[in-house]
Amino acid sequence: MKAWTWLKDHAVNIIAGLALFYMLAPIAVIAVFSFNDPVGRFNFEWVGFTLDAWKNPFGITELTDALITSIQLAAISSIGSTILGTLIAIALVRYNFFGRRAANFLIVIPLATPEVVIGASLLSMFLVYGAKLGFGTLVIAHIMFSISFVVIVVRSRLIGFDRSLEEAAADLGANAITTFRKITLPLLAPAVGAALMLSFALSIDDFVISNFNSGATVTFPLYIFGANQRGIPVEVNVIATMLFAVTVIAMAAVIIQQRRAEKMAEKRADDAGTTGMSMPI
Amino acid sequence: MTSLRQRLIPYWLLGPGLLWLLFFFVIPMYFMFELSLKTGSLETGYQLTWNWSNYADSISEYSTQFGRAFYYAGAATVFSLLIGYPLAYAIAIKGGRWKNLMLFAVIAPFFTTYLIRTIAWKTILDDSSIVVDALKFLHIVPEDGRVLATSGAVIAGLTYNFLPFMVLPLYASLERLDLRLVEASKDLYANSRATFFKVTLPLTAPGIVAGTLLCFIPAAGDYVNSTFLGGTKQAMIGNVIQSKYLVINDYPVAAALSFTLLVLIMLLLMAYIKFAGTESLMGEEDEVK
Repeated sequence: MKAWTWLKDHAVNIIAGLALFYMLAPIAVIAVFSFNDPVGRFNFEWVGFTLDAWKNPFGITELTDALITSIQLAAISSIGSTILGTLIAIALVRYNFFGRRAANFLIVIPLATPEVVIGASLLSMFLVYGAKLGFGTLVIAHIMFSISFVVIVVRSRLIGFDRSLEEAAADLGANAITTFRKITLPLLAPAVGAALMLSFALSIDDFVISNFNSGATVTFPLYIFGANQRGIPVEVNVIATMLFAVTVIAMAAVIIQQRRAEKMAEKRADDAGTTGMSMPI
Repeated sequence: MTSLRQRLIPYWLLGPGLLWLLFFFVIPMYFMFELSLKTGSLETGYQLTWNWSNYADSISEYSTQFGRAFYYAGAATVFSLLIGYPLAYAIAIKGGRWKNLMLFAVIAPFFTTYLIRTIAWKTILDDSSIVVDALKFLHIVPEDGRVLATSGAVIAGLTYNFLPFMVLPLYASLERLDLRLVEASKDLYANSRATFFKVTLPLTAPGIVAGTLLCFIPAAGDYVNSTFLGGTKQAMIGNVIQSKYLVINDYPVAAALSFTLLVLIMLLLMAYIKFAGTESLMGEEDEVK
């Protein structure tokens, strides 16, 4: 009976634990199988431990080329979509204008459209115009599907934004551009950085829309899809594990940096309080 | 009075981004629609013949795949909600100092490529895996049965891939939940079941609405899970659209199918929004502060 009450009290936590296990298990499998020594071309069955793939993960030219293409594509499209999306977010939060609802609608609707439809419609247009499919069409598509995400991330930051600092700058004689550069942009930087990272991640991970609009260009996900029939090399697992580790380390660094900055700001505010200054300089 | 120049500022800011969406999202939809009414082939070229039978023929021919897509996506959404709600609840309310780490675990799958994650499930559910042996031992799977190439495998994959999209909005609304209301309900002698169904659940409804949409819509159009984890009998409408466009090059039929999928999703979305309100979709605030 006691066990039953315990189980009832902890049911939510137990389900949560199992759910987290469900979400993390495949990542562990990917990492473990990067050390596998498969017989034949398929890496589905555990055979034995080897470091072979880790010694030379970039040894497969096709795979490395695909990875480089993906990184270039993600760099270009994330910068493009972050600029376009940030400007939209500023307009939506800061200004009342005719057509606001329509603009909002146009931003939400791509998020509610299945990727296969977005990919198919873009391909339909490119077919009609006889556009050459390749890196260029991929850039167009990736900027398109990232914009909405950028708007959401930057907008949520702008909504909780302290306008008094900008007003103070204007009172002190700064013009609109100086105010934007010296006050708004630095305060917005964390959100813009997050949006940049998110759109980079979305781009490097995109398969469906790229599948439709890539032509002969091969990105990392497209390489994996193509390699599936003939067997995916262990090196793919190695690169996936490395990408995962790099992202986790980068995120941890950002969080630690932010905590430190917050602590410094707190400390400065305390110091200012004791010396009777009203604003930290 | 604001000057014309000042009133134009928001349009200058919006312009480039919205034009991008207009040219590469809205207008392509029109071209897809037009393509769906054409006749012809890759060799002879396509003429607009208002061939509406493309719709009638393709819908009747692929109604199974449409139905399967909505059934799989619906099942995956229900499972995500059943798994995701307790998880989001544990993170938001019982998380304590583990909160950030648990949230991190929820988004961790995004740090590995979608395709590789799905292929990892292929490894886990492979005929020779321990998981399948265990399921056989428990007689959940027959001795000579397999897990791969079944509906169950595809639904499990979809659930896995779209679970974070369910958990994050649920977490956001549970995090905002005013716990004093829950306490008040208990003070007024409601038992925990009544409190949950009359207070917690209604207050977190916006999160449930957002989560179900964010989970269902991508799942209904997905073809990655059915390609890797299913067989030919698990093909969803996404698989048909993909192969018609990219393998068979039967463009008008492919466009008709794709446009039908879009219309079905939009109808569903509109019904949902009518029922739940737009705010729940992206927490938009219509007022400018």
